[in-house]
Amino acid sequence: MTNITEKLELFEVFVRSKRGLDHKHVGSLHAEDHEQALEYARDCYTRRSEGVSIWVVKSSDICSSQEDDADCFYDPSDDKPYRHATYYVLPDPVNNM
Amino acid sequence: MTPEENFMRKIENEEKIEPKDWMPDEYRKNLIRQISQHAHSEVIGMQPEGNWITRAPSLRRKAVLLSKVQDEAGHGLYLYSACETLGISRSEMIEQLQSGKAKYSSIFNYPTLTWADVGAIGWLVDGAAIVNQVSLQRTSYGPYSRGMIRICKEESFHQRQGYEAILALAKGSEGQKAMAQDALNRFYWPALMMFGPHDSESAHSAKSMTWKIKRETNDDLRQKFVDQTVKQIEVLGLEHPDKNIKWNEERGHYDSSDLNWDEFWSVINGNGHCNRQRIEHHVAAHDEGEWVRDAITAYNEKKRAKSAQNAA
Repeated sequence: MTNITEKLELFEVFVRSKRGLDHKHVGSLHAEDHEQALEYARDCYTRRSEGVSIWVVKSSDICSSQEDDADCFYDPSDDKPYRHATYYVLPDPVNNM
Repeated sequence: MTPEENFMRKIENEEKIEPKDWMPDEYRKNLIRQISQHAHSEVIGMQPEGNWITRAPSLRRKAVLLSKVQDEAGHGLYLYSACETLGISRSEMIEQLQSGKAKYSSIFNYPTLTWADVGAIGWLVDGAAIVNQVSLQRTSYGPYSRGMIRICKEESFHQRQGYEAILALAKGSEGQKAMAQDALNRFYWPALMMFGPHDSESAHSAKSMTWKIKRETNDDLRQKFVDQTVKQIEVLGLEHPDKNIKWNEERGHYDSSDLNWDEFWSVINGNGHCNRQRIEHHVAAHDEGEWVRDAITAYNEKKRAKSAQNAA
């Protein structure tokens, strides 16, 4: 018998806990389609009213950078400390800007 | 409860409105006007400073300025994206900018004549923008509010690098100090105008306040900026451009001169030094980028055709 989860699609679940906040990744689940994924997500992740809005996205539709590539992906920023406010030393009386 | 009542209940309870919520048409229109104008300002704002990138006085200043201008492009993108959640497309917004139907902040119609102007822009123009944007972090529309939070986080370096640059001039030779003073004299007043007309003259203010799109009035925000700038001018050792600036113990604020509103309306209506140049440049840059957009579309079509062929 094949495992049923092998036939079902994997979905990633994002929940907005409160109006005004971003949707945040909370986990994943298997479902037949988007509609079912949304219902499962409600049952799995918002049983205690943790959210006001849920997004479900097929995991296979997510394109992500690889942790292993992090060095060459981000190192162009590492030598630019001047992008940070703290880089600039100002006289005390005006240092609150 | 009617949709309208439900909407107002959210607003009154300080809840954010999110893209798929019901909202009055006028609320949507008001937001599109304000957010797109804000986005256009970020994008057009790259021009006066971009003017000095190749002539920055040192490699360090050049790298800093490049980074700042790059941030402005990013801020334009955040805001265009927030605006698109309201159902207007990017190309419609660009068209409205280029045809003059949509406005951008008038401050960017002033020319940057000297290197000191770049410092004055970071310090005063970004400083004024921050006062406004800090307030807008509490705007009632979710995507706009989140965009403002992200922008404010990135913006602090803009003001500090500007102040640092003008401080170097103010503490420099007589000539450099004079250049700093001249930049302050020219940019101080237009920076105050960035907050818009007096509340009594502002066409959209009342409704925007009721709907909490705006959280503080033009005049209150302007006062905040006037107050915080006095000390900053003093530390530079420069002369305050407003001869009537005076601490008012009773109000707990500085009193100041009224602005030249004729100039304000004249620049808004297209008669500033650089209005035509700014839009011409935007149109040219947009047209010159056409082949890049075409290439992306062509490449995507080619890839699609290829994968369809492989699947068959």
